[in-house]
Amino acid sequence: MLRITCPHCGERDYTEYRYGGDATKTRPAHGSGDRDAWYAYVFEFDNPLGAHREYWQHVQGCRQWIVLERDTATNAVGRSWLARDGEPR
Amino acid sequence: MRFLSRYSALSLARRALTAARWSRAWRAAEPRAAYDVIVIGGGGHGLATAYYLAGRHGIRRVAVLERSYIGSGNAGRNTTLVRSNYQLDGNTQFFEHSLKLWEGLSHELNYNVMLSQRGQLVLAHGPGQFDVLARKGNIMRLNGIDAQLMDRAEVGRLLPFLDYSASCRFPIYGGLFQPRAGTARHDAVVWGYARAADRLGVDIIENCEVGAILREGDAVVGVETNRGRILAGRTAICVAGHSSRLAAMVGLRLPVESHLLQAFVTEPIKPFLDHVVSFGAELFYISQSDRGGMVFGGHIDGFNSYTQRGQLAKARTVAECAVALIPAMSRLRILRHWAGIQDMTPDGSPFIGRAPLRNLYLNAGWCYQGFKATPATGWCLAHTIAHDEEHPLIRHLSLDRLREANGYDEYGLGLKTYRQ
Repeated sequence: MLRITCPHCGERDYTEYRYGGDATKTRPAHGSGDRDAWYAYVFEFDNPLGAHREYWQHVQGCRQWIVLERDTATNAVGRSWLARDGEPR
Repeated sequence: MRFLSRYSALSLARRALTAARWSRAWRAAEPRAAYDVIVIGGGGHGLATAYYLAGRHGIRRVAVLERSYIGSGNAGRNTTLVRSNYQLDGNTQFFEHSLKLWEGLSHELNYNVMLSQRGQLVLAHGPGQFDVLARKGNIMRLNGIDAQLMDRAEVGRLLPFLDYSASCRFPIYGGLFQPRAGTARHDAVVWGYARAADRLGVDIIENCEVGAILREGDAVVGVETNRGRILAGRTAICVAGHSSRLAAMVGLRLPVESHLLQAFVTEPIKPFLDHVVSFGAELFYISQSDRGGMVFGGHIDGFNSYTQRGQLAKARTVAECAVALIPAMSRLRILRHWAGIQDMTPDGSPFIGRAPLRNLYLNAGWCYQGFKATPATGWCLAHTIAHDEEHPLIRHLSLDRLREANGYDEYGLGLKTYRQ
């Protein structure tokens, strides 16, 4: 079982969370008409074999969105932090 | 000799009665310096492409490069279902073409792919879902595809062992039956295409991993492998699960994420389930193998991974589906389970055709529907490579359809890879 650490609730099963996709993408500016940038943001993925940074929402806990570091080759998890706070220094 | 090397009752009898041995079904080819076409990926799709290139288009200097042994990826990890019950225009015709090719495949390849057209029943658990299936059935019939709508009583006669109890959480309302759907033997498909392609001169090169794709300007000219550099006039990528990594070698980002889909097989029992059955309340489908094992699968794990090892929580959900549908399943033990790496696309449909670079062709994003598409993919991709133009049956599956807001979401699930 994949276990994910929530900054509020501690380490929990991944089944308590909802996956939210790649967290490294940058959303184009609000109202941007740049179709290529929107296409890349919405539809394209780096889909790396190895280190990945992704969103999860703790839907059965504090309902906060977090960012998780995970290795897609092994599912080993690394750090996690609240998405709204940004990466800790 | 060529006559005797065909598989037939005569060749079987000859080897049974004499000391003659079976020869290798395909050569262990050494890579040549250059080919007309290189197909990266020795799964069903790659081998079928090579076979139709050589057989239908007369392009015989073809190599299939496989990093492990052929059929070692998703071709050997699926649940072997074959069907053509698709409702979006384009998909309907493509998958029906595939099913028609399946129907003649054993003869065409001179290899028994053990196609078993046992019929597939998709269940509905309420009137709304039943209407959706009726619509789908009408679309299929308008396209000349067999489909029968069944009410609860008819389903009950066909499958008396499903849960029809009053306390059932998802009561069975009816279903849509496609009699020509069924299963095929996954390894036989791979081996059959490999043997038939080999006889037409195709080199099948196993243990040959592509490390780089060679470019000259905006054209692809070959590949660098662990067995040396191989030049090619045209190169096709058929590497489900790892499509993003191959595409990244030429600087392409694809609308693909790699997710895991698990499948399961129980201990073998006597013949029990004569058809393929799909649950309508959850994504769950089941059939019984010729050995007697119940083969079933469900939804993807829900997050991207290359581990080929599924999460136990999903195994539990799938087992719950099995028991909810067929209560007698609760007494069975699961013998094996495994996971395949799926190319998941945002709209749940694949893309086949020319890549943005010259002489490069992509076949990726099959999600969990690649096996049944094997013959038609090979057919259409071979045509696309030979003519450098997409076959009419796959024009709707272009790489840039999402950019043009022409997503092909067969199940209406929304444009998220992990929801498909």
